[in-house]
Amino acid sequence: MPEIRNMTMNFGPQHPAAHGVLRLVLEMDGEVIVRADPHIGLLHRATEKLAESKPYNQSIGYMDRLDYVSMMCNEHAYVRAIEKLLKVTPPRRAQYIRVMYSEITRILNHLLWLGSHGLDIGAMTVFLYCFREREDLMDCYEAVSGTRMHATYFRPGGVYRDLPETMPQYEPSKWHGEDDVKRLNENRQGSLLDFIESFTERFPMCVDEYETLLTDNRIWKQRTVGIGVVSPERALQLGFTGPMLRGSGIEWDLRKKQPYEVYDELDFDIPVGVNGDCYDRYLVRIEEMRQSNRIIKQCVDWLRANPGPVIVDDYKLVPPPREEMKDDMESLIHHFKLFTEGYCVPAGEVYAAVEHPKGEFGIYLISDGANKPYRVKIRAAGFAHLSAMNEMVQGHMLADVVAMIGTQDIVFGEIDR
Amino acid sequence: MTSASLQTLAESLQARLADMITGLKIANGEISIDVPPDRITKVCLVLRDEAEFSFEQVSDVCGVDYSAYGKADWETKDTTTTGFSRGVCKDVFQKQDPGETHRLAVVYHLLSLKHNRRLRVRCMLENHPPMIQSVVNIWASANWFEREAFDLYGILFEGHPDLRRILTDYGFIGHPFRKDFPLEGNVEVRYDPEKQRVIYQPVTISNRVLVPKVIREDNRYTADEAEPPQPES
Repeated sequence: MPEIRNMTMNFGPQHPAAHGVLRLVLEMDGEVIVRADPHIGLLHRATEKLAESKPYNQSIGYMDRLDYVSMMCNEHAYVRAIEKLLKVTPPRRAQYIRVMYSEITRILNHLLWLGSHGLDIGAMTVFLYCFREREDLMDCYEAVSGTRMHATYFRPGGVYRDLPETMPQYEPSKWHGEDDVKRLNENRQGSLLDFIESFTERFPMCVDEYETLLTDNRIWKQRTVGIGVVSPERALQLGFTGPMLRGSGIEWDLRKKQPYEVYDELDFDIPVGVNGDCYDRYLVRIEEMRQSNRIIKQCVDWLRANPGPVIVDDYKLVPPPREEMKDDMESLIHHFKLFTEGYCVPAGEVYAAVEHPKGEFGIYLISDGANKPYRVKIRAAGFAHLSAMNEMVQGHMLADVVAMIGTQDIVFGEIDR
Repeated sequence: MTSASLQTLAESLQARLADMITGLKIANGEISIDVPPDRITKVCLVLRDEAEFSFEQVSDVCGVDYSAYGKADWETKDTTTTGFSRGVCKDVFQKQDPGETHRLAVVYHLLSLKHNRRLRVRCMLENHPPMIQSVVNIWASANWFEREAFDLYGILFEGHPDLRRILTDYGFIGHPFRKDFPLEGNVEVRYDPEKQRVIYQPVTISNRVLVPKVIREDNRYTADEAEPPQPES
C-alpha cells in the first residue's frame, strides 16, 4: 500500500483573500487543515527603527501607514504616549474632536472589514454598499486634514487645526453633470459638523441594509456560524483584544475600562458575543458601528456648543500661528527651533494604549531626554490575532481559512510594521 | 490606573516578590519592576496565577537595546569657543541609565482584566549570547512576540518551541534593531538583467541625518511628580 502523506500548500503572498501579503504554508490532510504556518514580514518597513532616527512629530505620518484603514487611531496612541511623557493634556475641544474622529475611523475600518470579509466568503453586493458610506467618511477626513487617508491630523497637545466651517463640494466634470453635482452637494451646504450630523442620521439605516443582506442570509450563516470558535479562556491566553475578545464573550473595552480622552462622559454600550465564532464577531462589529454612530452624534452636539482652542498654546511644543510669526521675533524663533530640532521629551518610559478598531493598539515609548524617541515599540492587535491562526484553523476546511483571515480583520501594515 | 490602585499593587509586589525583583518604580502613572533573567518564569507564574495579581494576558513582549542610551550628537551643556561648529560633538554621552552596563533588555507588558491593571516587567540581559527563559508556556501569545525579539535583537528564548525569524527576509543576516545596525541596512535587492534573477548587493544609499539628536535638560520637567495641567474647557 502506498504511503499517504499530508500535502503542503502555499497560500499567498499574492492572493486576493490574503488581505495584503500573507503567506500561509498549510499542511493539509485532504481538504482538512492539519497545521498552518503564517509567514509574515513581507511588508516590514522597520517603522520603529525609522522613528528612532526622527524627531517626534515627523513620525506621526508613519503611524497612519501602519494600519492603513484606521489611520487616526494609530496616530492617537502615538500622540498619547508623547503627551503622557510630556504631561500635557490637550484642550477639551481637541479631545472631543479626537474621539469623534476615532469613532469615524472605527466605522471606516469596520466598513472595509465588512466589505472585504463578505467578498472573501461569497457576498459580493455588500462590498459596494460599504464603500458608498466609506466615501462620505473619507470626505470628512479630507475636509479636516486635506488627505483622504493618511491624515497626520492628531498632534501632541491637540489636533492640527479646528473643524472647517465649509464642506468641500463636488464640481461639474466629465462624469458628473450639473444635476448630479447638485444632488451630491445637497448635504454639503453647511459646515463639516452639519455634514457629519447628516451622516449619523442616515447611517443606522445603512447598517440595517447591510444586515438585511447578511444577518439572516443562509449562505452567510453556513460560512460563519460555528467556524473558528474560540473559548474565552483561550482568547485571553492567545492575547486577543478588541472585537476578537468581545466576540468570545469577555466584556473588555479600553474605552470603558481605562477611559481616555472624554470617553467616560459619553454614553455607549459594549456589545459582547456568546459563542465566539465568526458569526458572533460579525454581530459584535456590526453593533460597534451603531455604537460609534451614537458617540459621533454626542460629539457633534458638544462641539457645536463649545468653541475653543484645539491645541495647547505652549510654543515649545506646537508651532505658533503664522500671523504671529510675521511680527514677533520670539514666535519666529520658536517656529525655527520646532522645525529644525523639534522638542525634547523628558527621559522615561510609557505605554499608551487605545481601543483601536482591531483591538488594543499600544505604543511603548522610551525617551532618553532627546528630541527623538529612544525606542518605539508598536503593539499591534493584528499581530497577536494572526499568531493564533494556527490554532483557529486546525480541523477546518481550506475554504474556512479565508473566513478566518476575514474575521481576524488582518491588515498587514500593522502586523509587519 | 489610579494612584491608590498603583500603591496597592506596589505593596503587594513588594510583599510577595521582594526576593525576586531588583527594582520597582512608579512613574507616569505606570508601575514597572526589574527582574533578573533567571527568575523570569517564576515571577511570571506568580503574576499570572495568584489572585492578587492575576495578570491573565501579556500585551506585549519586546526587546530594547540600551547601548546608545543618552548618546547625542550635540554637546549642549558646555559651550566651546571654536565658532559655528561649537557644540558639535558626535556620540557624546549625556545621560547614564540603570541599564548602562547591560546592553539588551526584554520588556513585558502585562494586563490584568480582573483588577484592570497593567504592569511592566523588565529583564536586563547580562550573558552573551543574550538568553532568557521563554514565557510561551505561561502566555501562549508571547510566541510571536518572542520570535520578533529574537529576529530584531538576537535575544535567545530558552524553551521557545519555534524560534525562527519572523519579520525579516528569508536568509537575513544580522539583527536589524540593534543600535549598531545601520538604518539603511547592509544589502539591497535588485533584478539583474544579465543574470536574469534577483540579486543581493551592498547598499548604494547612505543615511542622511537631517536633524541631529540633541538632549536638553528642561527645568519644567524636573519636578517629576507634578500633576498634569488641568485642561481648559
